[in-house]
Amino acid sequence: MTGPILSIRNLTVEIPTRHGILRPVDGISYDIGRGEILGIVGESGAGKSMAGNAVIDLLSPPAHIAGGEIWVNGTRIDQLKGDAMRRLRGKEIGMVFQDPLTSLNPLLRIGDQLTETILAHLPLSRAQAKDRAIKALDEVGIPGATERINSYPHEFSGGMRQRVVIALALCAEPSLIIADEPTTALDVSVQAQIIALLKALCRNRGTAVMLITHDMGVIAEAADRVAVMYAGKLAELGAVRDVLGAPRHPYTDGLMGSTPLASRGKARLHQIPGAMPALDNLPQGCAFHPRCPYAQSICKTQMPTLADGDGAACFFPLPHTAEVA
Amino acid sequence: MPLVSVKNLTRIFDVSKPWLNRVIERRKKAFLTAVNDVSFEIEERSVYALVGESGSGKSTIGKMLVGLLQPSSGSVEIRGVDLARETDAAKIDGVRADIQMIFQDPFASLNPRWRVRDIIVEPVASRGKDTTGMAEKLLEQVGLSVRDAGKFPHEFSGGQRQRICIARALASEPKLIVCDEPTSALDVSVQAQVLNLMSDLRDEFGLTYLFISHDLTVVQHMADKVGVLYLGMLVEEAAPDELFDDPKHPYTQMLLDAAPKLGDYGRDVPPPVGEIPDPINPPTGCPYHPRCPLVQDVCRRDRPVLRKLRGARVACHMAE
Amino acid sequence: MTDTPLPPDAPIEVKDPSRLRLALDSDFFYTFKRSPVAVVSFSVVSIMVLAAVFAPWIAPHDPFNPGSLNLMNGFSAPMEPNAFTGDIFWLGTDDQGRDVFSTILYGMRISLFVGAAAVAFAMVLGVTLGLLAGYVGGWTETIIMRIADVQLTFPAILVAMLIFGVAKGITPVEYRDQMAIWVLILAIGLSDWVQFARVVRGATLVEKNKEYVQAARLIGRTSPAIMLRHILPNVLSPVLVIATISLALAIIAEATLSFLGVGAPPTQPSLGTLIRIGQGFLFSGEWWILLFPAVTLLTLALSVNLLGDWLRDALNPRLR
Repeated sequence: MTGPILSIRNLTVEIPTRHGILRPVDGISYDIGRGEILGIVGESGAGKSMAGNAVIDLLSPPAHIAGGEIWVNGTRIDQLKGDAMRRLRGKEIGMVFQDPLTSLNPLLRIGDQLTETILAHLPLSRAQAKDRAIKALDEVGIPGATERINSYPHEFSGGMRQRVVIALALCAEPSLIIADEPTTALDVSVQAQIIALLKALCRNRGTAVMLITHDMGVIAEAADRVAVMYAGKLAELGAVRDVLGAPRHPYTDGLMGSTPLASRGKARLHQIPGAMPALDNLPQGCAFHPRCPYAQSICKTQMPTLADGDGAACFFPLPHTAEVA
Repeated sequence: MPLVSVKNLTRIFDVSKPWLNRVIERRKKAFLTAVNDVSFEIEERSVYALVGESGSGKSTIGKMLVGLLQPSSGSVEIRGVDLARETDAAKIDGVRADIQMIFQDPFASLNPRWRVRDIIVEPVASRGKDTTGMAEKLLEQVGLSVRDAGKFPHEFSGGQRQRICIARALASEPKLIVCDEPTSALDVSVQAQVLNLMSDLRDEFGLTYLFISHDLTVVQHMADKVGVLYLGMLVEEAAPDELFDDPKHPYTQMLLDAAPKLGDYGRDVPPPVGEIPDPINPPTGCPYHPRCPLVQDVCRRDRPVLRKLRGARVACHMAE
Repeated sequence: MTDTPLPPDAPIEVKDPSRLRLALDSDFFYTFKRSPVAVVSFSVVSIMVLAAVFAPWIAPHDPFNPGSLNLMNGFSAPMEPNAFTGDIFWLGTDDQGRDVFSTILYGMRISLFVGAAAVAFAMVLGVTLGLLAGYVGGWTETIIMRIADVQLTFPAILVAMLIFGVAKGITPVEYRDQMAIWVLILAIGLSDWVQFARVVRGATLVEKNKEYVQAARLIGRTSPAIMLRHILPNVLSPVLVIATISLALAIIAEATLSFLGVGAPPTQPSLGTLIRIGQGFLFSGEWWILLFPAVTLLTLALSVNLLGDWLRDALNPRLR
């Protein structure tokens, strides 16, 4: 067993503003192994996309990495700049964004976009690159790849376009794919197709996937492990079955309770009171304590940390014994 | 008598290119049938949900119900009044005040230059009635504070904005509120708060909802009756328990299978095949036949009509 | 109000104290304070506007009172005692002994008034037509925008000269000088409305599809009410930018017309008229009669333009 494909240690992203320094990502650490899908879940503003963008150096200024380390395949990449980063980004990391329309150049045939990417990162001839592009389209389930390679992005439907984006992300054979809300803009039936595709590709090629989404259902179906983010920090990390099935952090528990479920019928949904605090107005101690039903005095003053590896960043992780509840 | 009665509602959009382009490129006019012969009824104090994927026509139906769009044919009657054909201004005004709408995008649905107070009371103020203290009372009812009345929309989060939209919808004391994807732009925990609020308000004010959504779990949670739309046609209608336990139309079955399940970790099922066809050139016969596992010759030829089947209405030749 | 410079986009209802408070706390005011170009150009423009408004109190001489003029003071060089009278003029005098500094103050008055009034006229006309074109659409839109397109194919100054010529032709001789200023305003205003109309139409097309406009429509608000109360406040930011940049252009257009002798009459000289008068003396050594009005015009136009550029960047959300 080799080391993890992606390893993040104490990553912190800061945005200086006129109201002070904001930390949308605050000291998070996790690994993604070969062939593993790590789901990053959280509400808007929790910092989940920011963490993904930090890995591929796509933070929009003034946001910047203020601390921590990012390792990809044993190479530290957070200090790489310019060309070195760009080479590595294309070669080792592929990206799939939410909106397939904006990730493709509308003026170029998809075949050209694919071959350009392949030629930029792999030592192949143009003809070989084209073959590989066709193979990539075939692999993501686009029928008639040999002909469709000459089509423009607008000639594809939304679902097919997202498949092209995935082909584009995969064509240079990266070891890591970062998928930021890849199915949010798609219909349910197409979403199911894309999830199945991502899972199959990941399994067959051993690609590691960082799957960023707000949808617990997608995480449950697609991910092997899940990281729950809250206000820039990791609240809980672990295998999907453990985290979603038996949450230990009260926030995860609340999230699961808020999700309408077939089995719950029409009973009132569980509510987490209040809202996630704004980054410039974080409470002392655990950021979740004002909304937490189990908060004690220590939660208001000290920040709970995530033990090494899996677990919950909480002083009183669930399940509670009777006297606390 | 049902509160809302929709009969053979059809809406066709002209999506042709401009005249000159058509002449040069020798194309015919193009038409998109967004809603195709849809009929249903909504009982007073119930929640009727329309579900469907993009292009199913669910939002178009909502807009015709509130009078933002005119039907191409068919009718929408609210308490017996057809907004598109009624000529008595007093009747139209009365029905208008009875219908309100909540939109999907909580950022675009509030005028950014208006104070919350003015936004909320506009439906009443525009009729020249006194609105003193009304916004403050409504804000409290939707779980915001009285002080919020003087603020501007940008000071609120998405969930809070949706509460403001709900307060505005309640201001004219409507009977029917059309909710067009009211929570799909919200996070799960905020969605739970808003859905709970909507349920509470329904009980408190005796409201009727037309709930438009693509999210089956939300629909199941909220609805008393569910209509499933595909390519502008109503393919199945049933109470939620009936629909989810015993889906009769193959499309409904596919939707239920495709929706992500929280409990099924790493579930590996074959994903659905095909995509929604181009609505400008829809398939002949049953709109679902190119993707349907049960397809027969009759499906390609004849459009199925809604028929009763074990407590549901379903438009499928094969369902049994 | 005078100790803090108001940002140019101080909200529409400045009367409301908390709107002012919000403006002062806003990111907009913050970026203003941090931009030296904006602060300097805003200060320069403010000083010049104040100087022009209070010209009768500031100016050391009244250049239009023949009784106060002494022909002996003619052609005094700046800061040098006059050879005959020993009087000292900061910026010298012209051929008739008029103090150049005073004529510049009064000239700036005319220039600024004509420029501002012309822009105001163009803005009202352009915004109204743009709103109508964008909101109503159809033939209204086609007609308005085609007229705009045709007018754009002519240089603005040519359009202004044409209008000026026609207006001069139809006004009776005895009113010509009196009416000259108003004709000038009309001419420059009519040559400048197109860009307002285009921008407002574009912004209106975006706003009218937003859900807050639909919400207003469905409670039965009339089109004029929706255009004025809902859409107009939301399309004003780009209008403000164009108005500022147009002001610089209008001042220059007025100067050009006056320089060509078709603008402000010699009895009411604007900066352009002064430059025209001054260029006659350039080669006989009296450089100051031309230079100082020209530098004033340059400073004024440049400052207004820089302010407009900054405003455009500050109000453009994509550049934030």
